[in-house]
Amino acid sequence: MDMRILGRLTAADALPFYSWVAVGGAVVTVLGLLTIVGAITFLRKWRYVWTEWMTSLDHKRIGIMYVMLALVMLVRGFVDAIMMRAQQAVALNSTGYLPPEHFDQIFSSHGTIMIFFMAMPFLTGLINIIVPQQIGARDVAFPFMNSVSLWLTAAGAGLVLISLVVGRFSTAGWTGYPPYSGAEYNPGVGVDYWIWAIQVSGIGTTLSGINFIVTILKRRAPGMKLMRMPLFCWTTLATSILMIFAFPALTVTTALLALDRIFDMHFFTNAGGGNLMNYINLFWIWGHPEVYILILPAFGIYSSVVSTFAAKRLFGYKSLVYATMAIALLSFTVWLHHFFTMGAGAGVNAFFGIATMVIAVPTGVKVFDWLMTLFRGRITFHPSMLWALGFIVTFVIGGMTGVLLALPPADYLMHNSTFLVAHFHNMLIPGALFGYLAGYMFWFPKAFGFTLDERWGKGAFWCWIIGFYLAFMPLYVLGFMGMARRMERYEISAWQPFLLIAALGAVVILAGITCLVIQLVVSIRKRNEKRDLTGDPWDGRTLEWLTSSPPAPYNFAVLPQVRDIDALHDMKRHGSVYVRPKQYEDILLPINTGAGVLIGGLAFVFGFSAVWHIWWVAAAALLAILATAAARSFRDKTEFCLTGSKVQEIENRHFRDLAREGVL
Amino acid sequence: MDACNLIRAPILHPAGPVALAERDLLFTAVFVMLVVVVPVFVMTFLFAWRYRASGGRGRYTPNWYYSGKVDAIIWLVPALIVVVLGYLLWTETHKLDPYRQLVSGTEPLEVEAIAQDWKWLFIYPELGVASVNELVFPSNRSLSLKITSDTVMNSFFIPALGGQIYAMAGMQTRLHLLADKPGCFRGRNMQYSGHGFPEQRFAVRALAKEEFDAWLSRARKSPEKLDMAAYRALAAPSVDHPVSYYSGVAPRLYDSIIEKYAGKHPE
Ligand code: HEM
Ligand SMILES: [Cu+2]
Repeated sequence: MDMRILGRLTAADALPFYSWVAVGGAVVTVLGLLTIVGAITFLRKWRYVWTEWMTSLDHKRIGIMYVMLALVMLVRGFVDAIMMRAQQAVALNSTGYLPPEHFDQIFSSHGTIMIFFMAMPFLTGLINIIVPQQIGARDVAFPFMNSVSLWLTAAGAGLVLISLVVGRFSTAGWTGYPPYSGAEYNPGVGVDYWIWAIQVSGIGTTLSGINFIVTILKRRAPGMKLMRMPLFCWTTLATSILMIFAFPALTVTTALLALDRIFDMHFFTNAGGGNLMNYINLFWIWGHPEVYILILPAFGIYSSVVSTFAAKRLFGYKSLVYATMAIALLSFTVWLHHFFTMGAGAGVNAFFGIATMVIAVPTGVKVFDWLMTLFRGRITFHPSMLWALGFIVTFVIGGMTGVLLALPPADYLMHNSTFLVAHFHNMLIPGALFGYLAGYMFWFPKAFGFTLDERWGKGAFWCWIIGFYLAFMPLYVLGFMGMARRMERYEISAWQPFLLIAALGAVVILAGITCLVIQLVVSIRKRNEKRDLTGDPWDGRTLEWLTSSPPAPYNFAVLPQVRDIDALHDMKRHGSVYVRPKQYEDILLPINTGAGVLIGGLAFVFGFSAVWHIWWVAAAALLAILATAAARSFRDKTEFCLTGSKVQEIENRHFRDLAREGVL
Repeated sequence: MDACNLIRAPILHPAGPVALAERDLLFTAVFVMLVVVVPVFVMTFLFAWRYRASGGRGRYTPNWYYSGKVDAIIWLVPALIVVVLGYLLWTETHKLDPYRQLVSGTEPLEVEAIAQDWKWLFIYPELGVASVNELVFPSNRSLSLKITSDTVMNSFFIPALGGQIYAMAGMQTRLHLLADKPGCFRGRNMQYSGHGFPEQRFAVRALAKEEFDAWLSRARKSPEKLDMAAYRALAAPSVDHPVSYYSGVAPRLYDSIIEKYAGKHPE
């Protein structure tokens, strides 16, 4: 072990002067951070940001911060993507514009960011904002743990971001396969950044999973039987179960890899009895459930959106629930399909191939259930509905190519090729990201009290979907032409036209991202026109639309009484919505605390020093984390009481708004 | 590679029975799946049009949200397709097991392939020669490959002839391929392995019997011998290594590379 005071951190190694592209990235990262800090300072908003947001234990605020993190990381991940597209567009018989090995860092950081720091925070944020409201709860089960999860995720994201400024990122891809990722072949800090970023954020995810499960099982409003929960709650439950069963596998796998790298152990090395096959199995035992962790919440969002904008109850609710849970269970039985080419016997490969195809059945069922919900509905084309329709059409193509890859003999041909890259983007972009964006546009008014501009939202949709087809359909073709994934340069001229189309696609997606930014800016500027005082702008069917927008800290002054699926729709039909009690009760709410931010900050310090082998700081940070957690758990007073009269005041305002809008 | 026509899309136009069978399975599966995919396309567009709030012709029945018949069809049709594909999968996976010997009139040609940073070494144990970045064999005679790695994990792939398999240090995988007629193809490592990965490709040539003999005598004239010292020099990382030949190979060289990582290799 390295016992120097600063470990292996030296200015020469750490600073990104090895390439102008890296310097550029570092400058942008630092400037971005300075801009945010500067803006808050200039506007004298630090107190506000700290007391109202960073230390908040309100699940809605935590959710909003998750989504903000996700959107920032989406931009960063996309910059990586477009840089790769530009490189491959020009790198025929040349080294392209990227310095050597830079491309390899970029595909690694792109994959890592998109999965761990874009998709995961996005879905966790939406769940946080919406699920407690959908089940008629006042809060999540463990508000403080929720804050810890958020700041651990942010710490992980911070580690990936700072790797661009101090040191380098991994070149081992988002999968980090040894022995390439071992110390023998990769002695630098890159792989360590990858390991510690996902260790830190992975713990946060496990905690989130626990939190959501307990919330859903214990905090439902009276009458909200499991079989009356909105589909989004079901998919959240499934996703959370996957989180707590799958993420520990990732934590252990990367921990073993870290032990190999730091203490020269031999879990996965070539020599000393190590075996990379163990890593690959363990990694995908997490990795396959992970794709369902990403996709299932989006399925829940689509269910809400389709039913709301078709103005019709979901077709086959029970089928959808069973299909969801079947997918969750089956997702643990298929991991081997990620390495049919490892040389397992035909029986083993065939077993896992068939198990994989079996998942296609409940997935197909869901698609048809959404279609049957549209059938005889009354469809309005809100942007969220467009994302859902675009998803259905595009996702079945990805599903089809997925079944192809589940056929071992076909996979032998397509594995590790751009066909595979096209396939998983074909699942993740429509199947996860479009869903999150649909949820973002659908629930934005709930979180902020005004709607998002629909014209720019539709523009974003069309750019994204056209850009998606342009960017990824050529990759299917390139797969047939034998192009491997992760190629920094190539010598086959027949590939170039397809790569140029793919680059064009990325440009169109850039336009889509620009539309998203403009949409946000325009909507904020016109927020007074777009104000929604009812809390229910889309004639909603589920309980989140019963609260005011933004909801009071306690969501529901009176816990709703649920009698049917689509609880709010049912209340509206029976005229039992917006009834006021004679008297409001006192409500206990969590007191804000900076402990979550502190733990996140310390986790960042811990990760950073572990990367650079500054062991004394790492140990101190770890101890400080334990001390903070212990100190916080000795606090007796973690809640304050909002008196009934205060609640009444808040509710009076809401009911005045409702009356003014004429809904009472 | 010398001037010969390479196939543009080798996976769509295979040059051997293995790749052909793998491709045909791909096509068959696509056809079977169109049974569900096409209805989804049609229904999405049709429903979005017919039931649009702004003047769609379709009837609005907000209280219609379940039908046992429809539910049954929704579950059974995909399930049926999976049964069909599952049967196909089971039989084809066994038939196309890369470890399975191919039947072709003559004895297969044995070749030992070793992945190195960033090149491929091919040893022809029966012929006593070795080549770097070029795999040559007679067409119409099956090729029996033993594959390992002397570095990180690689994946051995000749798209025109058949699917890939990993090359892992301390371990051996097998692959059996056959070229129907003489031709040139590309092969490469598909598994990212570091800086020289993009250039980690090799020429593949299936030759008629006489031409193969001519190639063999050329290789046998090479002054280089692949003893342990030469092997170590070769194994040092290099990018875009030129095609080269060895006219002699140290005995048990391939086994010793596996044993280097895994202890004695039981044969
Ligand atoms: C926004 C448009 C996107 C574009 C243009 C894009 C482009 C790319 C490109 C060019 C690669 C490298 C392909 C190769 O290895 O040859 C890649 C890899 C990858 N992308 Fe994306 N991507 C996008 C969005 C996403 C999203 C939304 C996700 C996940 C939610 C994602 C996850 C990944 C992963 C996991 C990899 C593999 C990285 C690796 O090889 O280790 N991408 N993407
Ligand atoms: Cu999988």
